[in-house]
Parts: sequence; structure tokens; C-alpha cells
Amino acid sequence: MAQKKTILVADDDPDVLFMLGHYLEKWGYEAVTVDSRREAEKFLEVASPDLAIIDLMMEEEDSGFILSYRIKKKDPGIPVIISTAVYREKGIRFDLQHQTDSKWIRADHYLDKGYRMEELRKVIEKLLG
Amino acid sequence: MEKLSILVVDDEPGIRSGISRILSNHTVSFPFMDEDYGFECREAATGEEALEMIMSEQPHILLLDNKLPGMNGIELLEIIQERNLDIMVAMITSYASLEIAAKATDDGARDFIPKPFTPAELKASIDLITKQLFLRRMARGMKEEGKKIRYQFLSVLSHELKAPLNALEGFLRMMQERELGESLDEYAEILSRCQQRIEGMRLLIMDLMDFTRIRLEKREDKIEKVDLVERAQMAISTIQPLAIQKNIQISFTGEERVFMNADPNDLDIMLNNLLSNAVKYNRENGRVELEIKKMDDKAVMRVRDTGFGMSEEEKATLFREFVRIRNNRTKGITGSGLGLSIVSKLAEIYGGDIQVESKPDSGSEFRVILPGC
Repeated sequence: MAQKKTILVADDDPDVLFMLGHYLEKWGYEAVTVDSRREAEKFLEVASPDLAIIDLMMEEEDSGFILSYRIKKKDPGIPVIISTAVYREKGIRFDLQHQTDSKWIRADHYLDKGYRMEELRKVIEKLLG
Repeated sequence: MEKLSILVVDDEPGIRSGISRILSNHTVSFPFMDEDYGFECREAATGEEALEMIMSEQPHILLLDNKLPGMNGIELLEIIQERNLDIMVAMITSYASLEIAAKATDDGARDFIPKPFTPAELKASIDLITKQLFLRRMARGMKEEGKKIRYQFLSVLSHELKAPLNALEGFLRMMQERELGESLDEYAEILSRCQQRIEGMRLLIMDLMDFTRIRLEKREDKIEKVDLVERAQMAISTIQPLAIQKNIQISFTGEERVFMNADPNDLDIMLNNLLSNAVKYNRENGRVELEIKKMDDKAVMRVRDTGFGMSEEEKATLFREFVRIRNNRTKGITGSGLGLSIVSKLAEIYGGDIQVESKPDSGSEFRVILPGC
């Protein structure tokens, strides 16, 4: 049997971790859930996930960006999904269309919090190819 | 030194060059300005010429003669007003016509310089206009700053309100799709999480009401003579159920009565917030001491706990809105992140002060000092 793929989930909301943990395991992945950027970085020191789903706002407003940057620095091949509640709010959009943004915000996909699990599943499957 | 640009509009070349000469070496400074202002003059002989110059490079200040060949001063002033150009205008006028003065004021002129004028009169008028310009800039800066802060507050608030909604929605969907099986028993944990999220949201809304109320409310009518000790004892009984759950002893020390002039609601908000923090961020079997005393003409509330304490870094952001101390030990503690910013804002409104002493693992002590005893 092929080894399960590991997905790192970083979110400071324990309920999000609970739900994502449940669905990811149901879909056949190994879920590693952490509730802060610091915990995520500790995990990255010793292991490499196959994919990461990270919340934008954790200890800092931009924890997600920092973490995404660190993951890509370690291995640019790890796909990163950033989920955020501020995505749709007026004035704050993180489109990858702007060159200046995509230079340092190196996530592969953005999800607006409140997304359907099926939507997430499709994105994960696409990114893991 | 910043150079403000002045456009001098007068059909008499002597007046134009005279003004330019007088102002070229003039500087304006006021005690509340960071830097001095100097001036650079350009000249126009007609209203039409002036309008062209304004449109190509907008001056800060316009010195405008009313009697001009062709378009007159008032007409030019009306165009400036219509186009909403941000220029401070002073009219130069040779005959004191009340009618023109009234019309010019309506159209936004800031000052009048009577013709003929002495260099001192000209400088005095420029000083006044520069001061107005400075104040306008300062007011604008403050407005912008205010907007930024409000925007930040709202975006964090909407994040705080959306997070529990997303969690509830997700949990409901899990139940709808029978993710954990057919038996309701499997969902006990989820249901209790839902209840906690709802409770958290209710707390946030209540804190938000306090937060808004203390800023907007007129206090004068509600100030009365209040016994702070009585309010403190009420606050202790309010928090008692939560303290019992964690087996925390709350003790009261201090004077029998401490009267002060305050809105009793405000005192309750402060005491409840301080006490509930002292219980929530405490260890099992811990202690909370509340002391109320009078020091000269000030009332002091001192709340000491045997809780987790805080690092210097954590203390630095403690009173900011939506800041909550996050570490392994504070996991699972619900709070809006508004409590201490409400307390410190209230202390400030009363002309008082809030102080905190804390070290990791050795508990925290909050002191609120209020005048008005």
C-alpha cells in the first residue's frame, strides 16, 4: 500500500483543526495539526509535509505569509494553501496577479474561510497532482 | 524649512513685485509647528493668466486683487470654489466694499488685505493664512490616522466575528452529512464546541457594547457618589461561580467604605474585567486578592492573582484591542481581547491610570488608580 501523504495544517482555531483533521483523514491523508506559526516551524525542522494548509492570521496578522515563505524556502515543491477570512473584505485582496505580491507571497492557492470541504478537496487533489 | 508657493494676482506690476520682495525673506513660525515656513512668489497680471498658472501648478496661497481687467477676483474665486481647489485665498482690495467682502467670504476667501498696505500688514495677513493652512493640514492628517485605526479595528472585528460563524457552519455541515455516524452521541463533543463558540460570540458582543458605550456615552448625568467597596463585593459574587469551578479562593482586603464620584456601571465593568481575568488566567486551586483602598484623594483597586504571569513582551501589547496572550497555558480560555483595553480606556476617561506588574509563573498584579475620592 502506498504511504499516506502528509498534510500540515496550521490554524489558531481549534475547531478548524478538528474539522480539517477529520476530513483529511477521511480522504486518506495523514493530518498534522498545529495551532501556531512557531509550532509549524518546529515540525518543519524535523519533517517535510507533502502539502500545507495555513491560516493567514495566527500569532501575527501575516503569520501565514511568513510560514508560506519558510516552507517554500525549505522546499519550493511543497504546495501551500493559505486560507483567510480577510480575503473578501474590502480593500484587502491577495491576488497573485501583482508581480510585487507574488514575489514574496508564495502560496499556490488562496481559500476564503467558510469554503466547502469539497472545494478544499479538489484544490488538494489538483496540487498533489 | 518648507517653502509655500504664493500666486500674486494684481494688474499693477509695482504691487506684484513689492509683495514678492517683502515675502521672499519672510518666514512664519508658531510654537506648535515643527518647522518654519518660507515663501516663493509667482505673479500674474490678469485673472485668466492666474487661472492658467493655477491649473498647471496649484499654489498653496493666492493673493488676489478684485479689480482686474477681464475676469475679476470674485469670478476667479468662484471658479476655484467650483473646482474644489485646495487653495488659501486672501483678497487684496483697494476700496472697502462690504458687499464684495461678504461675497468673497462666501466664496472661501480667508482674509482681506486693504490697499494700500504696509509690509507689516501684508506679513500679518500671510502669518494668519499660514497658520490656517497648517491647522487644516494637521486636521486632515488626524482624520486619515483615525480612518486607518478604525479600518484596522473593523477588519480585526470582522475576523473575530466570522471565525465562530465558520466553525458553527462547519460543525452543522458535519452533522448534516452524518460525518461521525448516525448516533447523536457521537456528536456530543461537537455540540459542546458549538455552545462554546456561541458563548464566545455573546461575550464578544457584550464587550463590544461596553467598548462603544464607554467612548460615546455622556457621563455627566450618571456620575454619583458610589461606594467602591460595595461594587467590589458585588463583582466578587458575580465571578464566584467561575472561581468555584477552578477551586480558586477570592479574598477581599481594604477599607470598609471608599466613596468616590463615578458612574457605577463603569466601576462594575472595570472590576468585573480585572477579576474575571485573574480567575481565567489562574491555575487550579489558585488565589485572587482584591484590595480597595483610598490614597489621598484617589481610589486604588488592586487585583493580584497566582496565575501564569506574563513576559515583558506580552505585557507590552496587553492593553491593545483584540490582543490576547497566546501560549500553551492560555489555550482554551475564551475572551474577546477587549477587556483590558476597555479597563484602560475607562481609567483614562476618569483621569486615572492602570499599572501592571507581572512575571512568568509568578502571577500578575493590576492596579487601577482613579481620582475623585
